[in-house]
Amino acid sequence: MVEAAAFYILAALILGFGALVITARSTVHSVLFLVADFLCVAALYVTLQAEFLAVIQVMVYAGGIVVLYLFVVMLVNLKRPPEAHSDPRRLGRLGVVMAAAVLAELVAIFAVGWAKPAGGEGALSPKNVEQIGRALYTDYLIPFELASILLLVAMIGAIILAKREL
Amino acid sequence: MITTTHYMMLSAALFTLGVVGVLTRRNIIIVFMSIELMLNAVNINLIAFSYYLQSAIGQVFAVFIIVVAAAEAAVGLGIILSFYRNKETVNIDEMSLLRW
Amino acid sequence: MDLIWLIPLLPGLGAAVNGLVGIRFFSKRTAGLVANATMAAALALSIYAFWQLLGLPGEEREHTVRIATWMSSMPLALSNGTIGNFFIPWGFRLDPLSGMMILVVTGIGFLIHVYSIGYMHGEPRGSYARFFAYLNLFVFFMLMLVLGDNFVVMFVGWEGVGLCSYLLIGYWYEKKSASDAGKKAFIVNRIGDWGFILGMFLIFATFGTLDFREVANAAGPMGVEAAGFGTLSLITLLLFVGAVGKSAQIPLYVWLPDAMEGPTPVSALIHAATMVTAGVYMVGRNAVLFEHAPMTMQVVAIVGVATAFMAATIGLVQNDIKRVLAYSTVSQLGFMFFAMGVGAFAAGAFHLMTHAFFKALLFLCSGSVIHAMAGQQDMRHMGGLKKYLPVTYVTMLIGTLAIAGIPPLSGFFSKDEILYRTFLNNKVIWGVAVVTALMTAFYMFRLMSMTFFGAYHGPAWEHADGRGSHGGAHDAQASHGGWHGPHESPTSMTVPLQILAVGAILAGFVGIPAALGGSNAIEHFLEPSFTARTVTHAEAPAGGVLSEHTVAGESKGAAPALSEHTSASKSKGEVTASGHPAEGAHEISWAGEMGLMGLSVLVGIIGILVAYRFYVRSPEIADRLARRWSGAHRVLSNKYYVDELYGATVVAGTMGGAKRLWVFDAKVVDGAVNGSGWLTLFSAWFSHLIDKYLVDGLVNLVGAVLEESSFVLRRLQTGLVQNYALVMLLGVFAFVSVYLFVR
Repeated sequence: MVEAAAFYILAALILGFGALVITARSTVHSVLFLVADFLCVAALYVTLQAEFLAVIQVMVYAGGIVVLYLFVVMLVNLKRPPEAHSDPRRLGRLGVVMAAAVLAELVAIFAVGWAKPAGGEGALSPKNVEQIGRALYTDYLIPFELASILLLVAMIGAIILAKREL
Repeated sequence: MITTTHYMMLSAALFTLGVVGVLTRRNIIIVFMSIELMLNAVNINLIAFSYYLQSAIGQVFAVFIIVVAAAEAAVGLGIILSFYRNKETVNIDEMSLLRW
Repeated sequence: MDLIWLIPLLPGLGAAVNGLVGIRFFSKRTAGLVANATMAAALALSIYAFWQLLGLPGEEREHTVRIATWMSSMPLALSNGTIGNFFIPWGFRLDPLSGMMILVVTGIGFLIHVYSIGYMHGEPRGSYARFFAYLNLFVFFMLMLVLGDNFVVMFVGWEGVGLCSYLLIGYWYEKKSASDAGKKAFIVNRIGDWGFILGMFLIFATFGTLDFREVANAAGPMGVEAAGFGTLSLITLLLFVGAVGKSAQIPLYVWLPDAMEGPTPVSALIHAATMVTAGVYMVGRNAVLFEHAPMTMQVVAIVGVATAFMAATIGLVQNDIKRVLAYSTVSQLGFMFFAMGVGAFAAGAFHLMTHAFFKALLFLCSGSVIHAMAGQQDMRHMGGLKKYLPVTYVTMLIGTLAIAGIPPLSGFFSKDEILYRTFLNNKVIWGVAVVTALMTAFYMFRLMSMTFFGAYHGPAWEHADGRGSHGGAHDAQASHGGWHGPHESPTSMTVPLQILAVGAILAGFVGIPAALGGSNAIEHFLEPSFTARTVTHAEAPAGGVLSEHTVAGESKGAAPALSEHTSASKSKGEVTASGHPAEGAHEISWAGEMGLMGLSVLVGIIGILVAYRFYVRSPEIADRLARRWSGAHRVLSNKYYVDELYGATVVAGTMGGAKRLWVFDAKVVDGAVNGSGWLTLFSAWFSHLIDKYLVDGLVNLVGAVLEESSFVLRRLQTGLVQNYALVMLLGVFAFVSVYLFVR
């Protein structure tokens, strides 16, 4: 009962903040709504007994990436407002319709139950961090290393891209 | 009961929101943020399944996704900054140089 | 007699030796010796064979020798529907007619060979040998002609003598007129040969054989085609066409005067004694066939007498000594033909023999004169040669008297026999013949007068050594440089003249008619050659004593009577032909015959006297007459313009046709070839067009399509990222839809 209520509330919050992100007028507002969204997602992770991920989500996403976004928003502080009309070639409305259609279909698929995953419900071991760590450093060692290289490359690339004079 | 179906629907809805955001907004930063939304939707799906399948693999994968998202955000924003310096705009409609 | 095949072969060998080796290597003496030796051997063999023939009884005088097969048996369909057997052996037959002919050919031929040794002496060494090779070759073919036992072997000889005539007339081939004359002779001959060949085809189709004896025997019992024109008439007419070509009758006589371009011995041998008589011989050989075709006999007689008359008229005004003799030959051949045409085959053959003697004599004498005058042939530049050329003069006089028909020379007997027979058959022909005989005597004595009598009209000469005047370049020059005036010919030339003169005198005595107390031996002798031998002898109603059955006396229609054996019956006093039905032999009384004889002699004498008066006593009369009748004189001098007529019609027509064909070939045929070339070019151009516009167009079309589609497709590259995202979303939508609806 509690899980259900938690889920529904958090789901509503996530979806609400998500909608606000994409529809906010001001960019800063969008960013802030994004932060809120991330936090709700983190809370959801907690209900799913993935504490480590929740903390990572907050630290990396809400704390790092969003801050990054904020910095950029500040740097591109627009004096002039965006145009009133969007480029008609963009076919924006069609996009919305298509997205809605896809959503409808997916819901249909899930509802009918074709993609029903097997699943029981059980609690993970409370040693969540330990589990993840063990997996990362044994089974998924190489992807782990690769991910670190990726981060390194991205860091260098971002610095180079963002420098004023090279 | 909250089954995986619920989480999948939530994930789908969040993903759709992200897609709509990508397709609709003119501000490229908003577009990037919508992309983050999409990634989050996928993460939710993964974590849910990790919970319901009693496996840590989902969470490991979600970690990787977060890593990639971070790298991508950094580089993407760097590109946006470069572009802004050149064109003085973040309007995605004006970023159509790679056209015929 | 089994060696009669050697008689033609020996001269043939002589020709081969002289031709292949002699022209290159032999000296003049050797070449002459080879040629004359072979001729002497042939003559000896001929005499021997003839003597053997005489040893046989009358009806059996026929001996055939077959030495090889030429065309082996071949079944061919005949006109009456059966299958005949076409078989041609190399066969030679000796019978009275061919026996007489081989004697004439080898005898006179030998004498002419001897004469040629001296006459042709001025020629270069190789040409000398060439001449004798040709001469021997001619004798070879002529002997084959007369000895052949079937049409095809005879035709080999026929064609061969035509070839040798061409070679010998054009002996001095570098002279255009000579080579033209050779061509003319050969081509005109060929026209006659066409008729001969068709006649041969028809004979085989009708009788199934080409052997003379078999054809005669098969034709003997056939009915005489008195009323109309049947197969035998057609056959004989075609054969006669061949004779017309070979023996220079109207209308194919035009080659003979031009043939005088050849050396005089050639004229003597070929165009007087032997080749031109081949036609007469052929008609005589097929006497049985001709007797069954009265229509053709009429044609033969008319053509013969017309030719005789016309040629005599032309001969009256010719000034070239050899031309006169040439036209005289044509005229005398006409005599022979109309003799055969009225049925007097033996008389025609008899005249053939005597004519061979005196005409050869006359030609050789004229050659002697020309030799003496260093090549001059125009009689107006001669005259008074009697004292310079005594032997020639005497022998030529003998020959002239013979041809004029003065007894007791040979010409009288043969000509008189012909006139007698013609009188019995057709008075009109006889009348024309008598006039012709008058003209003959006249122009021959004119020739004698202009050449030997009267004043000398020739060029002057140096008596001492020094410059001499050379005459025309026709015949062989005197071997010494500078002309020393007319002189008698060397012995090698005069001896044959004398021998021929003796022959001209004596040859007639084999045919003394019964009216003069003779037995007309030649007619009896030749008779078996002109009759058919059939199995049944009972057809002679009188139960004739003679075992052969004479076709001549057979039942006839209203056509002229052919009295073959009147003299025979008169001489023997037996009834042979007189018992036959229809009309028997027309006869006239002994007095009538003597009267005719006297008339012909008188005619001859008149001709001689008139010529004497015109040309010896009062030469101006001839010129006066020529001026007064200048139109006629011109026509005769130009030989009735016949050559010009032929040139304008036949020759021009043939050349025109050839030219038109050439134009056709150049325009149509070559045009077609060019057209196909143009067609190829056109199709190539067309292919080029197709390649350029169609094929390349397709290629370009592909490019253009791609370009145009790219214009359309590149609109996808809007540059707007969100469009690309939209496309991706569309793809997702599609996949999900598929998943949804398939499942």
